[in-house]
Amino acid sequence: MPKLTIDGIQVEVAEGATVLDAARQAGVRIPTLCHLENIQAIGACRVCLVEIESHRDLAAACVMPIADGMQVHTHSPRVRAARRTVVELLLSEHDGDCPTCSRNEDCELQAVARELGIRENRYPGEKSRRREDASTPALVRNTAKCILCRRCVTVCGDVQGVTALFPQYRGFKTAIGPAFDQDLATVACVQCGQCAAVCPVGAITERDQTDEVWAALSDPHKCVVVQTAPAIRAALGECFGYPPGTLVKGKMVSALRRLGFHSVFDTNFAADLTIMEEGTELLHRLRKALADGKDAHLPMFTSCSPGWIRYAEYFHPELLPNLSTCKSPQQMMGAVLKTYYAGKLGRKPAEMFVVAVMPCTAKKAEARRPEMNASGFSDVDVVLTTRELARMIRQAGIDFKALGEGQMDSPLGESTGAADIFANTGGVMEAALRTACELITGRELPFPNLHVRPLAGLAGVKEASIPITETVPAWSFLKGATLHVAVAHGLGNARQLIERIRSGAAHYHFVEIMTCPGGCIGGGGQPRLTSDAVRQARLAAIYQEDEHRALRKSHENPAIQQLYADFLGHPLSHKAHELLHTKYTPRPRVS
Amino acid sequence: MVTDKPAQAGHCPETASREELFRRLDELIAGYQGQAGGLIPVLQIAQGLFGHLPADVVQRISAGLGKPYSEVAGVITFYSFFATRPRGRHVVRVCLGTACYVRGGQQVLAALKKELGVDVGETTPDHLFTLEVARCFGACGLAPAISIDDEVYQRVKPSKVRELLVRYREPVRAAAAQGVKS
Repeated sequence: MPKLTIDGIQVEVAEGATVLDAARQAGVRIPTLCHLENIQAIGACRVCLVEIESHRDLAAACVMPIADGMQVHTHSPRVRAARRTVVELLLSEHDGDCPTCSRNEDCELQAVARELGIRENRYPGEKSRRREDASTPALVRNTAKCILCRRCVTVCGDVQGVTALFPQYRGFKTAIGPAFDQDLATVACVQCGQCAAVCPVGAITERDQTDEVWAALSDPHKCVVVQTAPAIRAALGECFGYPPGTLVKGKMVSALRRLGFHSVFDTNFAADLTIMEEGTELLHRLRKALADGKDAHLPMFTSCSPGWIRYAEYFHPELLPNLSTCKSPQQMMGAVLKTYYAGKLGRKPAEMFVVAVMPCTAKKAEARRPEMNASGFSDVDVVLTTRELARMIRQAGIDFKALGEGQMDSPLGESTGAADIFANTGGVMEAALRTACELITGRELPFPNLHVRPLAGLAGVKEASIPITETVPAWSFLKGATLHVAVAHGLGNARQLIERIRSGAAHYHFVEIMTCPGGCIGGGGQPRLTSDAVRQARLAAIYQEDEHRALRKSHENPAIQQLYADFLGHPLSHKAHELLHTKYTPRPRVS
Repeated sequence: MVTDKPAQAGHCPETASREELFRRLDELIAGYQGQAGGLIPVLQIAQGLFGHLPADVVQRISAGLGKPYSEVAGVITFYSFFATRPRGRHVVRVCLGTACYVRGGQQVLAALKKELGVDVGETTPDHLFTLEVARCFGACGLAPAISIDDEVYQRVKPSKVRELLVRYREPVRAAAAQGVKS
C-alpha cells in the first residue's frame, strides 16, 4: 500500500484513496463544504486546498489521488492564506444575515469561517441574486444564500433519481433550482428534503412551522395533541449534544409535556395499526391472486413513505393500483385522534389540533393533501421535523439533558417493537412479516430474534424468500408457496428495483420502499449531517429499542385490539376504509 | 458552437403548422435517441424549427431524450445561443469574448443599442431585430466581431453599424412597398 506523510504523520492508505481520505486516516481534519462522503467529491468549493511538495499548485484534497511518497501540508501559511481567500470570496457573494438565518450556529460556511479566523470582509461586492421560493408545503429556497456546492443537485439526481434541481444559467448568475429557476411547486419534486438535509447553508430548508404550533398551544379553545414518529427518539438527542444513536424517548416525552401539549402519543401506535390493515390487505390480495386466479395487482408496495407516494404519482402512475391503500401511520393517527380519541374526550374534531413530529419534510406535504380529512378536518394540522422540535425545546428554555424520563399517554401511546422498526429500511417489511406469517401459519416468524436479517442494513436493494410449509385452515391455499419480498431505500434504488420488476427479471409479492437512504432514520428532517456512520448508529438504536420490548408484534398490541373491539370492528372494515385508507392521483411532471 | 449537422439559426422559423413542426421535432428526437451528446444538436435544430425554445418544445425534448427537464433547462440557460422567448426576424449578436472586448466590443454594442433602441435580450417593436451578446465566434484575429443571423462581420466600427443593418431592413421595406402597390 502507498505510504505518504500528512503534516509529518506517516500513513499507509489504500490505492485509489484521496488526500482527504488519507488525512482523515491520519487524524488530520481538512475543512470541506461541497464534499459528501461516498456521494460527491468534485472539488467545487476549494475549501479543502492542501500543499503537496514538488507540486506547483495547491490541490483540492477531496479529488487529489494519493501517490507513494507524497508529502502533504494541510495548514502551511500558503494553504491557510488560500483557504481564507476562498472562504472570503464565498462570503462576499453569500447574502446571509446570520442572526436571522435558520442555520445560525448550524451552518457549515459559518463554521469554516470561524475556524479560519475570518474577521473582516475584504471583498464587499455584488451579492448573489435573491430568489425566494416558498411555493411548496415542505421546502423553502433562497438562492441568495446558495454557495453552489451542488450537494443538493447530486443528492436529488444521483441518489434520489428525481433531478428536480439542477444548475440554471451560468457564471455569477448561476442558480441551483428547478428548470428555468421556476417555483419548485411547478415541477416533479417529491418533497423528500434530502436537499435540505445536505445543504451546508440556509439555501434550502424545511418550512418552519414552529410559530403555528406555539399559536395553537396558547389557544384555550384548542386541544393540542402531539404524536412522534419512531425515528425521532433515535436522533433528537443529536441536537442537544448526544452522540448519534442515543435513545432519548423519555426525555422527548418530558420535553413535549413541558411545551404544553394536552397529550403525548406515539405514531408507533398507528404503525401497529398500519400492520393490521396493510398485512390484511396483502393477505386479501394473495387470496385473490393465488386462490381465485384474479389480477390482484401484485406485488403490493408499502405506502408509509409520502415521498415515495409522490414519486410513484409523478414517475410510475402505472404502479398506483399496486400501492397499498393504507394511509401512512401519521395520517392514520391523525384520523383516529380526531374521531375515536376526540369522542372519548367529548371534544369536536374542530377543537382538536394534531401536531406530528416527523423525521421527514414530505410529511408536511402529505398532511396538506385535501383527501386526508377523515373527520371532516385535516387529519394532521402541523408537521414538525426533528430539527423544528429541537428549536421549540430551546425556545422554551428547557434544559433537555436535565429532563426526566416521561411516559407516553395511554391508550394511543402504546405500541410494540414492530412499530419501532418502521424507522429503519426493511423495518415495515419485517413488522408485516411478523404478523402476516403468524396469521398464515399459526406460528412465530421463523427467524432468530424475529429479525429478517437479509432485509436489514444499508444495501440499496434487499430481498428475502419465506417458504410457507404449513398453514392454518383459512390460508390453506398458501401451503407450499414461497413468499418473495423486496426492500429498497433511496428513490434511485427504488427505480432500479422497479425496472427489474417491470422487465420480468424479478417477481415479488410485497415490496417496501422508503424514500430516504436508511429509511426514516435518514429522513430529510433529521439532525444534520447524516452520514452512513450516523445512519448505522440510528439503525442500531432502533433495533435495540425493539428488542427491549415485551411485545414485538403489532397484533399483540392490546390498545390496537381495543380500538378494533370498540370502534373499527375488524381490519378493512367499512369504518377502517373510511378513516385509514386513501387513494392516489397521477400527476403531471411539469405544470 | 460547431455541430456535424447544419444547424438552423434561430431567426427564421419555417412557415409550417405547429402540428407539422412537432411531427418534425419528434422525428428529430427519434434520430438522436440514446446518442451521447445529442442534446445540444437537438436543441439547435429545434430552435431553428420553432424560432425559439418554448416550454412545450423543451418538455417534449426532455421526455423524448429521457433527460431530466431541469438538466435540459440548465443547458438552454447556460448557452446564450438558446432563446426561450420569440425573437425578431434577424438576430444580431455582439461578441464580448476577450479579444473583442479589448478591441471595442462594448462600444459596438452601445452603438447597436442606440441604433435599434433596445437593450440586450430585447426585440425591436417591429419584430425585425433581436440584440444579443455572445462569447467568441472564433474570429479573434479580426476583432471586434458581430454576427447577424449566420453571417459574421469583422472589424466592426461603431460608426458603421447602421450601414450593416441596411441590407436587413431594405427587403422588408421593399416588400411593404410592394404590398401597398398591389
